[in-house]
Amino acid sequence: MAQLIPIKVTVNDTVYERQVEPRLLLSDFIRHELGLFGTHVGCEHGMCGACTILFDGEPVRSCLIFAVQANGHQIKTVESLGSPDHMHPLQEAFHEKHGLQCGFCTPGILMTVVPFLEEHPHPTEDEIREAIDGNICRCTGYEKIIESVQAASEKMSSGK
Amino acid sequence: MKPAQFDYYAPASVEEALDKLAELGYEGKVLAGGQSLIAAMNFRMARPGSLVDLNNIPELSYIKPTADGGLAIGTMTRVYAVEHSPEVAKRFPLLPEVAHYIGHAQIRRRGSFGGAIAHADPSGQLPGIAKVMNAKCLIRSKGKEDRWVDAADLIIGPFMTVIEYEDLLTEVVLPPNPPRTGSSYQQVARQNGGYALAACASVLTLDDKNKCQDARLILMGVGEMPILSDKVKEILIGQEPTEEAFKEVGEAVQSEIDPSSDLNGTSEYRRDLIRVLVPRSLALSLERAKKGS
Ligand SMILES: Cc1cc2nc3c(=O)[nH]c(=O)nc-3n(C[C@H](O)[C@H](O)[C@H](O)COP(=O)(O)OP(=O)(O)OC[C@H]3O[C@@H](n4cnc5c(N)ncnc54)[C@H](O)[C@@H]3O)c2cc1C
Ligand code: FES
Ligand code: FES
Repeated sequence: MAQLIPIKVTVNDTVYERQVEPRLLLSDFIRHELGLFGTHVGCEHGMCGACTILFDGEPVRSCLIFAVQANGHQIKTVESLGSPDHMHPLQEAFHEKHGLQCGFCTPGILMTVVPFLEEHPHPTEDEIREAIDGNICRCTGYEKIIESVQAASEKMSSGK
Repeated sequence: MKPAQFDYYAPASVEEALDKLAELGYEGKVLAGGQSLIAAMNFRMARPGSLVDLNNIPELSYIKPTADGGLAIGTMTRVYAVEHSPEVAKRFPLLPEVAHYIGHAQIRRRGSFGGAIAHADPSGQLPGIAKVMNAKCLIRSKGKEDRWVDAADLIIGPFMTVIEYEDLLTEVVLPPNPPRTGSSYQQVARQNGGYALAACASVLTLDDKNKCQDARLILMGVGEMPILSDKVKEILIGQEPTEEAFKEVGEAVQSEIDPSSDLNGTSEYRRDLIRVLVPRSLALSLERAKKGS
């Protein structure tokens, strides 16, 4: 019999209590148990960055953490950023500057860039390139992503 | 893919973890940052029966100065924390310089300092860096004396160390460098955050006549383990550190390495990288040693 372990996790400010098998990945927990499909899964070995979430405020790979390990922790997924009517300035910037095409990589990039912009409110292009070097995008060639992050930093620092 | 079934334990203290590991024996495996282990489990390259998770043991995360001017780093200290610690930067600037190249920030936020050493990945940086820094590793297990193992003796093969199933690496101690020591790291990788095709780090100490008092060089990604060079000592110690001498080291270490060929680079290419990177690293270390840092 597989172990079942009770966990209590706060995801996007909502507390969830569930019983999980130890082998359940946090990425699968978020998607299949909680139905939050914004977190994408590309490779399941830490390479692509699509599954990046905030774990106690820190950007990490949700495919390289077990759901049981999230017990007692705070998780934020891309759903926490905004809604179609009230987008986060970063989402607005991606929308305006064409920072996405198919959008597969986008949630991971957003969740990487949100804490990055908090620490670097006025990033240089090189800093942005480095910040997203752990996120693979097959579509955009990254240029538009970088423009979007720059635009977002301007929006956010001017308070718009 | 998804990991195979396993049992999960999350001890709250080192003592509890040691008890659990002793009880589980061959069935048990330590889970640190999981940035290598969980990836391997997702591929089913690793199928441990049970995991003993160290993430709920706060006493394993710290960076503490030692009495002699070195540092003691708790095994679960995240690589990111080591990279950004002013204490580390002041005493061992080589560490943040190297950490920056390890995977990506998201990996370093979770991956642990001790875990990266215990993993003994021949393409990883920290096992080699621990060796070239003369690090000492504290290994504990239930009912046995604590053991201090030199990083150089810890790693015995690719992904192989002297750490047994019931053992826990708890602390890594970095001894202080003498004054007028400089260090540096050089690598070539296909992309940012990619494993290096070849890499090296050197640590040079000058005496008061500007001759080499000590020289250490580690060669990485070009053998089954990080290779601590003897040639560098033969050529440099007691000598004037000149550009020619550094080039000579780059040539001489060719006999110490055995790089393999793969998709990313041939054996010849990796040899050539070492030939170029070694003198570069030595020159940079010399410059820093002269500045006394
Ligand atoms: C996309 C990606 C890119 C990466 N790039 C690099 C890179 O460029 N360079 C690099 O060096 N690494 C790289 N890594 C690996 C990363 O640095 C890992 O974090 C590290 O190798 C292992 O540390 P961990 O804490 O995650 O250990 P885990 O994955 O939890 O454990 C690794 C192994 O060590 C054992 N172990 C861990 N801690 C202990 C302990 N205290 N006592 C006894 N045994 C222990 C475990 O049982 C396991 O066998 C990368 C990883 C990913 C996913
Ligand atoms: S799915 Fe997690 S990094 Fe690719
Ligand atoms: S927009 Fe398609 S992968 Fe990035």
